[in-house]
Amino acid sequence: MDLKDLYREVILDHNRSPRNFGRLDPADADATGHNPLCGDRLHLTLRLDGDRISDLAFDGQGCAISVASASLMTEAVKGQSRGEFSVLYQDMHRLLTEAEFHPAHDLGKLMALGGVREFPARVKCASLCWHTLDAALKQNDAANATGGTTISTE
Amino acid sequence: MSTAYNIAQVRSAFPLLRRTVHGKPLAYLDSAASAPMPTSVIEAMDRYAKHHHSNVHRGVHLLSQEATDAYEGARTIVRRFVNARSTREVIFTRGTTEAINLVAQSWARSSLSSGDEVLITHMEHHANIVPWQLACQATGARLVAAPLLPNGELDMERFRALISPRTRLIAVTQVSNALGTILPLSEIGLLAREHGIPWLVDGAQAIAHGIVDVQAIGCDFYAFSGHKLYGPTGIGVLIGREALLESMPPWQGGGDMIRSVRIEHSEWNELPWKFEAGTPPIAAAIGLGAAMEHVESLGREAIAAHEIALAQHAEKALLEIDGLRIIGTAAHKAPVISFTLDGVHPHDIGTVVDLEGVAIRTGHHCAMPVMEFYGLPATARASLACFSNEDDVQRLVAALRRVCEVFR
Repeated sequence: MDLKDLYREVILDHNRSPRNFGRLDPADADATGHNPLCGDRLHLTLRLDGDRISDLAFDGQGCAISVASASLMTEAVKGQSRGEFSVLYQDMHRLLTEAEFHPAHDLGKLMALGGVREFPARVKCASLCWHTLDAALKQNDAANATGGTTISTE
Repeated sequence: MSTAYNIAQVRSAFPLLRRTVHGKPLAYLDSAASAPMPTSVIEAMDRYAKHHHSNVHRGVHLLSQEATDAYEGARTIVRRFVNARSTREVIFTRGTTEAINLVAQSWARSSLSSGDEVLITHMEHHANIVPWQLACQATGARLVAAPLLPNGELDMERFRALISPRTRLIAVTQVSNALGTILPLSEIGLLAREHGIPWLVDGAQAIAHGIVDVQAIGCDFYAFSGHKLYGPTGIGVLIGREALLESMPPWQGGGDMIRSVRIEHSEWNELPWKFEAGTPPIAAAIGLGAAMEHVESLGREAIAAHEIALAQHAEKALLEIDGLRIIGTAAHKAPVISFTLDGVHPHDIGTVVDLEGVAIRTGHHCAMPVMEFYGLPATARASLACFSNEDDVQRLVAALRRVCEVFR
């Protein structure tokens, strides 16, 4: 196991300078993710244009893996439809947990997160933001209004 | 460091220290979470498994008698180790957590009423917070926590002021697991006696560092775990004042805790078995006895002197790292060093140093109110034990320099 497998350059870069960091106001949906094990807490706000995620932002506190994952996610899903996100969400789950996973779609920079597979204690750090976004979308779908879901990895 | 303390010999007793982690020799700096077991402990449990395994207090056959002798023998060792008045005051539990829950469920639930108060501190482990919350919820009592000073010491002035006519119990840790702070038990004990309030001490982090004499402390309950003292997991002890234990109802029912059972009514066994329902962790109790004998053979004062000297050296070495901040700088500390590194999350520190073969704890240390007090999500924590050496410290420092390289 090598440090560089986990902390790839793109991850260190997104940790140092997170993209889309902050809060959207007003927002169409939001959710808070919490990882009690390490104290990571992140808050997502998003704007929706019909079926599409037109804009999103995150803030909060977390380790390099969780910050980089959230930052990379905001870049990757901006402009996606719910259906596209749903496919990506499944792919990410497999990328973070399955050793022999070869995604059918090009995941681009997100592939850098695959290194966490070798570090079981860190998988939750990388997956927190994805669960949080999924919860925000589902919550918006259900209530069709901004609500403020809280999800926990525990 | 004492010349009489032969660290190479001390280390040779711990097989765990000979393994490698990620291809590097293990530097184990996480004994505050769980301390490894010496060979004598492993062998004592192995002997029971191979030669004496059977149930205690039951059969007339030889093995059962041998198992009973070994189990009760361990209780005798515990009594001596902490200087309890008698083995009637030594109750085996699954750990510190269960020992505190025993007091919360048995004593507190039957003694507290609406408006009463339980006084704890802001630096308790969750195991000395949540059981009281449960007891308070059940009785309408209130949980009150005394604040800390910025250096991680207990604010004694505020603590004193928080003792009210409704305070029914004081429950404090002897050593903070998150900060290393040693609490002024003699002062707290004086206050408890002065106000006639029973008090409990969480000894989980203290039991392995120096001499614990429950009579000298003078508390009514003292709780600790075996695995923080080089024993196995799954065994702990509650020392209780006999008169209080006699007055308390059982908290778990089952075999061994009864004298007679009829469908209409049962009579309880005498102390300490009244509080030991079901088959106890026999092998683990035997292991704990062996661990105490091992610690006694090294000398508790010698261990403490070695650890304190090394901890002071370690703090100095750590503070040379740019951006490293020690959390908890009380005047009296156990060999526990909590720290943060500017710009690096503790979880990332933990992973990087792990790859260097250095095992430390990162997180909130089951003391979230302490993290809240310092406004931190988590810290990294290195804790020393009888076998820790200069090399462990150097390895940690080198690993932290590696962390700085990666993240800055």
